Amino acid sequence: MRYSDAVTRALLPFALLGLIVACGGDAPETEADDAEVEMPFDVATAGHLQGMVLFEGDPPPPEVLDMSSEPDCAAQWDDQPMRDLVQVSDGHLENVFIYVKEGLDGMDFPRARDTPVMDQVGCRYTPTVIGLMPGQEITFRNSDGLLHNINSSPTVNRGFNISQPVNMDTQRSFASPEVMIPVRCDVHGWMRAYIGVVPHPYHGVTGSGGSFDLRDLPPGEYVIEAWHSQLGTQEQTVTIATGETAEVSFTFTSEMLGTAVVPLGEPIYPHRHHAPHSAPATR
Amino acid sequence: MAAIRFLGLVLVLVTADLAAQQPDTERGRQVYERWCAACHAVDGAGEGPAAGYMLPRPRDFTRGIYQIRTTPGGDIPTDDDIMRMINEGMPGTTMPGWQDQLSRADRQAVLEYIKSFYPPFETMAAPEPIDFGRAPRVSDDRLEEGRIFYDSIECWQCHGDTGRGYGSSAPELEDDWGYPIRAVDLTKNWKFNGGGSVEEIYRRLRTGMDGTPMPSFSDLLDADFMTEDQLWSLAHYVRSLAPDRPPRVREVIRADRVEPGEVPTTVADERWDEVESFYIPLVAQIIVLPRWFDPSVDAVWVQALHDGNEIALRVTWHDRSESPHPNWMQWQERVLEVMEPREGDLDPAPRPDRLAVQFPRSIPSGMERPYFLMGTSDNPVYLWQWSSTDDAEPAQARGMTEIEPLGGSIASDARWEAGRWQVVLTRSLEPEDTSNRLTFERGTAIPIAFYVWDGDNGEEGTRGAISSWYFIYLLEDAPISTYVTPLMAFFLTGGLGLVVVARAQKRERALETASEGPDPTTPTGRNP
Ligand code: HEC
Ligand code: HEC
Repeated sequence: MRYSDAVTRALLPFALLGLIVACGGDAPETEADDAEVEMPFDVATAGHLQGMVLFEGDPPPPEVLDMSSEPDCAAQWDDQPMRDLVQVSDGHLENVFIYVKEGLDGMDFPRARDTPVMDQVGCRYTPTVIGLMPGQEITFRNSDGLLHNINSSPTVNRGFNISQPVNMDTQRSFASPEVMIPVRCDVHGWMRAYIGVVPHPYHGVTGSGGSFDLRDLPPGEYVIEAWHSQLGTQEQTVTIATGETAEVSFTFTSEMLGTAVVPLGEPIYPHRHHAPHSAPATR
Repeated sequence: MAAIRFLGLVLVLVTADLAAQQPDTERGRQVYERWCAACHAVDGAGEGPAAGYMLPRPRDFTRGIYQIRTTPGGDIPTDDDIMRMINEGMPGTTMPGWQDQLSRADRQAVLEYIKSFYPPFETMAAPEPIDFGRAPRVSDDRLEEGRIFYDSIECWQCHGDTGRGYGSSAPELEDDWGYPIRAVDLTKNWKFNGGGSVEEIYRRLRTGMDGTPMPSFSDLLDADFMTEDQLWSLAHYVRSLAPDRPPRVREVIRADRVEPGEVPTTVADERWDEVESFYIPLVAQIIVLPRWFDPSVDAVWVQALHDGNEIALRVTWHDRSESPHPNWMQWQERVLEVMEPREGDLDPAPRPDRLAVQFPRSIPSGMERPYFLMGTSDNPVYLWQWSSTDDAEPAQARGMTEIEPLGGSIASDARWEAGRWQVVLTRSLEPEDTSNRLTFERGTAIPIAFYVWDGDNGEEGTRGAISSWYFIYLLEDAPISTYVTPLMAFFLTGGLGLVVVARAQKRERALETASEGPDPTTPTGRNP
């Protein structure tokens, strides 16, 4: 065998590997499409949106979780394991999904390149709400080293139900826009998370200050929706002007608890007339 | 003759061909609305008029979610996958098989029709079935390897250590539509929705069961957590949790005779391991109001022995909880919330598990036995009633709602362990007071029937699981095995079942199924 032949053979697997990596693995066509997609407007004309989500009234007390079946998880909590479905600090509401609902029709945005991580630590999802673009990958990470399953039940998209018995990462994506996709762990019934898929990068989730920041929007008028897993949705119309930062605030109240209609794609719980996934006490 | 047959063949081929070329939506709709809509609903969303009476609920076809597939988790099924379920049905559910009921063309048409409830079927790329390869041979090493993976993947979180479906997550499980769903009892593979062979189990592990908590384990291969070969070992191990063949139903429970004083009266007594088990299927009580369509116990196994003075029965059944159990309270709430019909008081409450063994008050000489649902006012029955929170007691019933204790008690011993109840009930063959209580005669077929209630499933009173009448036959003589070889005993008792039944049939025209000898595939003493 000639020397160069041997080298080619030896290197062939790597060359192939390179090809696969370059194509992004399982979705080569869309990746290629993406390369041509640029921001569909002149970014120099962009404006910004900042806002705040407030909560009025008394938030429900956090629910104490019985993790006796998973001592390793329970041990990761300083105190009692708890679930705070309505997380409020100083009147600011966390875990609200904010996105541009109307006003961007007909614009094609390049898919976001980052891969957000939804971690499982101490038998809870961190974070519990994540926004994605269609085709954008999300990593589900198990940092607990014990069995979790990640069971998504979308309506528009195809779902999945994967198992992670040890520390590991698994990537998945959703093909179509859908607000919101519920995710649950059947092994630990208290673990619930939500994924919003929107066809543009203008989405966010409120953190501990209740604030959000959507940058570089094309100038125009938009309907902004705020979604909360227990309190339902609210909409506001805003106008974005070049170089300026518009402000908007949403207010949810304790009255909305228990009566809110929480959209999860199409109604998926036909026999229930209240917020799905709510704490047993409010059932 | 041959010509006619040939013509017939051509016709069949032509019609089949036509049906395949242009799916006949109108025909599909007709078949669907006639045969499927009562459960799956005219609009395909699964909430048909009969749907409230069953768990799991009929499938909602508008979401395109199919459990039994050859395609990866989350994918749509192939047409062959759907056809298989239409043909064979799903054994663990009310979904019937239609192979013998509908022509091939009708089944094809209805398949196309149910796909039309989920429009993406038309636009999505044809699904790619997984290449499952072939099952490797089973061996002890392989089973041991499979057991290790069963532990490390933590299948027991849902299915329990022994596979009987009582894992710590089991009481909270729900399907994608929010309905309560049971973790399958892996020791009853004949009830698996997708079939109980090792190949079928392997497929379910690769594909998961979409719409349910049962995940796919294919990612564990991609992540190098385990190899395909090891996943096969796991499938073999799961297969080994169930008997080689489904238990056979026999009409006559044989009570062997042991030496005086040798009747085991405790559940844990090892002598029970040598005693043959008789499998008695149970069904929902849906005759007397309030009815119950979702009993969680589907069978009991019965073992019986007597020593000429006393008789002992050991009754075994699988039950996911020792009711009343606080963890299962929310299961009960959820089941009662969704089950029709709403007859009687359906409030969740801490309820015990119960067993009742039913006999006639005296051995009938004529043809008729008391009405199988606890008798009637003029022909009552004699009961042994056991509950997980009380002593066992004798009672008399004049129908399911008129039960009065007879006073005194029945000796009992009971144990719930790892998803299974075992209860031993002991009584003397001759009661002190013979007026309402049965005297057990030897050498004759005595009618017997069983009732089981799972308290944590909301069962109580008329809401429970029932059997029809069976027979118990107390052997006359000292243990056969003391003077004949076990092989001889096998043939003798095999023949005995036939003799007893022939005799009983002479008396009882109602008896439908002929009995078979001891099932050679169920070794005596195999723990159910
Ligand atoms: C007596 C009620 C009943 C009738 C009648 C019935 N089904 Fe079903 N069917 C069910 C139930 C219940 C399920 C869901 C079982 C489960 O989810 O475990 C089901 C599930 C299915 C599935 C899903 C299989 C899978 O892999 O998930 C198909 C396909 C189906 N039925 C087709 C039909 C067709 C076609 C007909 C009429 C020819 C029909 N069914 C009639 C009760 C019924
Ligand atoms: C999160 C809970 C959960 C875990 C973990 C789980 N299962 Fe299941 N499994 C279920 C449920 C629920 C069903 C019943 C689905 C139904 O009835 O439609 C099921 C069904 C099954 C079936 C029956 C298939 C059929 O055709 O009906 C098998 C076999 C099985 N599981 C094996 C396993 C094994 C092996 C593991 C571990 C590798 C495992 N399961 C882990 C919940 C679970």
